[in-house]
Amino acid sequence: MIWKGLMCFAGSESPVVVVLTGSMEPGFKRGDILFLHMNKDPIRAGEIVVYNVDGRDIPIVHRVIKVHERKDTRDVYILTKVKKIQNAPIPLLFLCLQQTNRHLIESSGDNNPVDDISLYPQGQFWLERHHIIGRAVGYLPHVGWVTIIMTEKPIIKYLLIGALGLLVLSSKE
Amino acid sequence: MHSFGYRANAVVTLAVTILAMMCSMASLSDNFNVPSPTAEVKVLNINWFQKQANGNDEVSLTVNISADLSSLFTWNTKQVFVFVAAEYETPQNALNQVSLWDGIIPSKDHAKFWIHTTNKYRLIDQGSNLRGKEFNLTLHWHVMPKTGKTFADKIVMTGYRLPEEYR
Repeated sequence: MIWKGLMCFAGSESPVVVVLTGSMEPGFKRGDILFLHMNKDPIRAGEIVVYNVDGRDIPIVHRVIKVHERKDTRDVYILTKVKKIQNAPIPLLFLCLQQTNRHLIESSGDNNPVDDISLYPQGQFWLERHHIIGRAVGYLPHVGWVTIIMTEKPIIKYLLIGALGLLVLSSKE
Repeated sequence: MHSFGYRANAVVTLAVTILAMMCSMASLSDNFNVPSPTAEVKVLNINWFQKQANGNDEVSLTVNISADLSSLFTWNTKQVFVFVAAEYETPQNALNQVSLWDGIIPSKDHAKFWIHTTNKYRLIDQGSNLRGKEFNLTLHWHVMPKTGKTFADKIVMTGYRLPEEYR
């Protein structure tokens, strides 16, 4: 319930995400949680955005380094710098925000001296607004480690569920 | 109601709630900070200015960036991400923002700085609109907190102009 409320509030399908790699250090480290927000404001250089590209299931968090905004259709090209993330729980509903502007954006990871073109699919040189899931507006350090551990060592997830199940079975009420 | 499990649950819930409240108070305290940063960017040299094979203009510049961003730092600041972007308009695009240089300021001691550099990222236009183009150089900063909300702002410096001819 809280998760759905958070999705509505943030205007994004993944309002809370976990940082997986160290490409945005020293700003964001592996295991940090980012809060995302998406609204109709145009995307501008310097913002940290989370985006999906076709062919990759894990979204990427990067900083925008180039923006070209068209006059008529308001296309925006973005290029970004890197950071890989993972969704905190898995959202069931998609709350969409209809984008009337299209921005082309280029991005890069703070720790990477180059832009992200190598991460985009073959033939794609820019990101557009519909790729962007949200902007990072705040963060909590280290809280995301639980999600990383549960994903990378699924045995811990099973152990936890097993222990919780035992607790439920053994409680007296 | 007094089993270990219930007590542990109550303690952990309280601890997490208090932690969350402390983090949001820490973040709120950042709102009381009134920053007064200064910055100056000089374009020292246009190294070269060419039209690429695909028809897009590209220019390479050497700039001198000097700034004092120490008033942005609070006790809840982890680092400040600063970058300089060239902003201009073209007939096709209402706004073009191209980042030329960025850096990370890890602490207040490093916040008053001076750097002489060529552009870290390539300034390539979408098209061939840069000859004689007037552009602004904006110094943007993002204050990344130890916990909580990120603050961002900028200083716009106008009056720069690219050469009329390729060189």
